[in-house]
Amino acid sequence: MIEVADLTKRYGGHTAVDGLTFTVKPGIVTGFLGPNGAGKSTTMRMILGLDSPTAGTAVVNGRPYAEHPDPLHQAGALLDAKAVHTGRSAYHHLLALAATTGIPAARVDEVIDLVGLRQVARRRVGGFSLGMGQRLGIAAALLGDPEVVVLDEPTNGLDPEGVLWIRNLMRDLAAGGRTVFVSSHLMSEMALTAEHLIVIGKGRLIADTSVDAFIDRAARDSVRVASPRAAELHDLIAGPDVTVLSVARGVFEVTGLPADEIGDRAAGAGIPLHELTAVRPSLEEAFMELTKDAVEYQAGATR
Amino acid sequence: MSTVALARPRRRLTQTRVVKSEWIKFWSLRSTVATLAIAAGLLIGIGLLASSLFTGEPSTAPGPGAAADPVSASLAGTTFAQLAFGTLGVLLMAGEYGTGMIRSSIAAVPKRLPVLWAKIIVFTGVAFVVALAAAAIAFTGGQALIGDGGAAWTDPGVARAVIGTAVVLAGSGVLGLGLGALLRSTPTAITALFGVLFLLPGVATLLLPDSWGTAVAYLPSNAATAFTAITRAAGTLAPRAGLAVFLGYVVAAVAAAAVRLKRSDV
Repeated sequence: MIEVADLTKRYGGHTAVDGLTFTVKPGIVTGFLGPNGAGKSTTMRMILGLDSPTAGTAVVNGRPYAEHPDPLHQAGALLDAKAVHTGRSAYHHLLALAATTGIPAARVDEVIDLVGLRQVARRRVGGFSLGMGQRLGIAAALLGDPEVVVLDEPTNGLDPEGVLWIRNLMRDLAAGGRTVFVSSHLMSEMALTAEHLIVIGKGRLIADTSVDAFIDRAARDSVRVASPRAAELHDLIAGPDVTVLSVARGVFEVTGLPADEIGDRAAGAGIPLHELTAVRPSLEEAFMELTKDAVEYQAGATR
Repeated sequence: MSTVALARPRRRLTQTRVVKSEWIKFWSLRSTVATLAIAAGLLIGIGLLASSLFTGEPSTAPGPGAAADPVSASLAGTTFAQLAFGTLGVLLMAGEYGTGMIRSSIAAVPKRLPVLWAKIIVFTGVAFVVALAAAAIAFTGGQALIGDGGAAWTDPGVARAVIGTAVVLAGSGVLGLGLGALLRSTPTAITALFGVLFLLPGVATLLLPDSWGTAVAYLPSNAATAFTAITRAAGTLAPRAGLAVFLGYVVAAVAAAAVRLKRSDV
């Protein structure tokens, strides 16, 4: 369980994180979504005690992360695949981290196998690819079999097989009752993995909702209509809540009126239709629509 | 996950365990081990070279043959070894900032200060043992080369000079470690360390008026030299005062490093 309350981080005059309040629950994968520069990494670093908040609190399993007597068992994090000394082998990197709470060397071997780095474990990390670095970071996060797993953009630099592996890993961790908090700037990635979403933009909370609800709310369905008698059709469907956008000669995009209603009205007036298609915006478009002006949407989100 | 049993039982983070972690870190870097070997090699090699050139005649010409006494001749490599031990101390802490390792270290030990204490404990232990062994080898070998005019372990001040050399070398490394943690950059910290240890005495002597002469004796390198010198030169501190002043600088650097580590984001 991660509880964040009024969390704020300012650097000089710039506010990177602005009064965030949310809770990340155990047993599900929670996605942390926002455009680049939205404050996701800063928020995660404050949760893990690397950065101290200007105001507000971040609590892991009931107390600030730094106050736990067994930190690696409480939370494991991949915040930065480059947080490794390039001159050390993957094995010794993990061994040194494990030693801080007396985790045995056998567990180090176990996580190395789990992330598939057995072949290169004794090689110096400096020669690792980004994907191998991510796997090493995930191995470090899992060392203490923690209650809370925090992953910042874990799929960066991974091949499709690696992406699939991470997805399954996160689902397994959540199914085992752990709190899984994973950031991404890709909505499509989150839709496949996460059950719950925390969306931020410009450091502020935009949405704290289930993935399904987020998509429903964000996706404004529209209907694509083509007719040789477009002008007549336009008059027929125009109304106060209906937007009709002409996209080509004789083709409209209509929002605010379902496809069946448009079809019925056209049939009633005897207007032929050459196309009648319900268009669902992609998740990516829905996400961009919501985050394009974070401040504006903040007002709507504070129901 | 299928297998998690090895991560149980949950053990607490302790200072002893963090020391063990730093011990693993220390020996698993080639650069650390190489720098340590170079430091010992410099102390022994230059000491033996200076001893073989030692004439016993007071000389005004600079150079390794100019040592004032046989003990100083055999420990002539101290300044060079100081560079190496100081660099090693800087690397230990600033290297973590340069590579980003510090974020992993602090995520594992979020109370932070145990990491600094553990690094100091591991470094001081290793550096002191290596420096003492190297100083003893340099002294024994050097006196053998000098032969008749050489000093013996039992001569007054000899034990202090040899052990003191190890103290100064380890202390210089801890000073570097503190500066590395304070400045968080290897080049900046090395520049600061070398400036304080090697440039400051000369610059101070040149620039300060004569009435400030006593202040020069309180500079870290002069205080350290006062502690290890066989014969007390004019205008220098007594050995014990020299040790106290030198360790004072080390403690101040570590204290400043501790404050920065505890307060600043990493």
